[in-house]
Amino acid sequence: MNERDPLTRLLGVAGEDAGCEGGMVLLAEYVEAELAGRDTIVLFPAVAAHLRNCPACVEDYRGLLALARAQDE
Amino acid sequence: MGPKQVETVPGLVSRELDLESRGWLESLRGSSVERSPALERLHELLRRAAYAEAARRRHLYPEVDGVELDDICQQAAADAVVAVTAKLDGYRGASRFTTWAYGFAVLELSVKLRRHAWRGGSIPTADDDATWDRLAGGSGAAQARVESGELLAALRRAVAEELSPRQREVFVAVALNDVEIDVVAGQLESTRGAVYKVLHDARRKLRLRLEREGHLEEAVAR
Repeated sequence: MNERDPLTRLLGVAGEDAGCEGGMVLLAEYVEAELAGRDTIVLFPAVAAHLRNCPACVEDYRGLLALARAQDE
Repeated sequence: MGPKQVETVPGLVSRELDLESRGWLESLRGSSVERSPALERLHELLRRAAYAEAARRRHLYPEVDGVELDDICQQAAADAVVAVTAKLDGYRGASRFTTWAYGFAVLELSVKLRRHAWRGGSIPTADDDATWDRLAGGSGAAQARVESGELLAALRRAVAEELSPRQREVFVAVALNDVEIDVVAGQLESTRGAVYKVLHDARRKLRLRLEREGHLEEAVAR
């Protein structure tokens, strides 16, 4: 989820991409898996790829991660 | 507050559900006597989530605050409740119900906040020299690849020759000019997902063209 380099910002990364709606469907599972220390890139490769390609969804991911983490505190 | 006990819920797939999540589902699907207080609790849960998310994003939109921000949070929470109840059957039980529901509050808040922050602004449609020159203004190894005049020129040709008018419009706004995709979706009376699909298809066309011409052999693997 690092800042993307200019070429990625322009062209994205190739490969299977869950898209915004597909990513949204799995995002809760994705963040809970991440909080559990599981490898989300292996578990949800298409969501991980989407989060590299879509700044809007990656910001939503950050927000959901913060909320999911907070409910455990 | 983790899952204390799991139960299997009959459905299309085998699912395990913690008791709290099961309680949410049962009350939201229950009689009006059960449903009404559950909806109030859900609204309060998502209202708090919307405010928390707005606070987290404050640095992104410092100009939106006070009553404006309050209205956005309240509206996001209300719309998220509607979305959660409408999509209840889509809850797979693979995460906590609250985490799943939070996702709708985050999405509603993010779309409303972006569009509000952009209100009155115009969507850049420029695909001109200044726009492309700006891409060559950074630093670092990755930047060095983009600032290669040859690659930029090839990309610019590909944008002009390979993309449909709609693909070009979306690519120029979102990728070239960094306009928020939710803002473009609002302008086009579309959704984030639909606009992203247009962008995705445009990027694929551009990558293919650049690969055909030998510009992306090392820069981006297909």
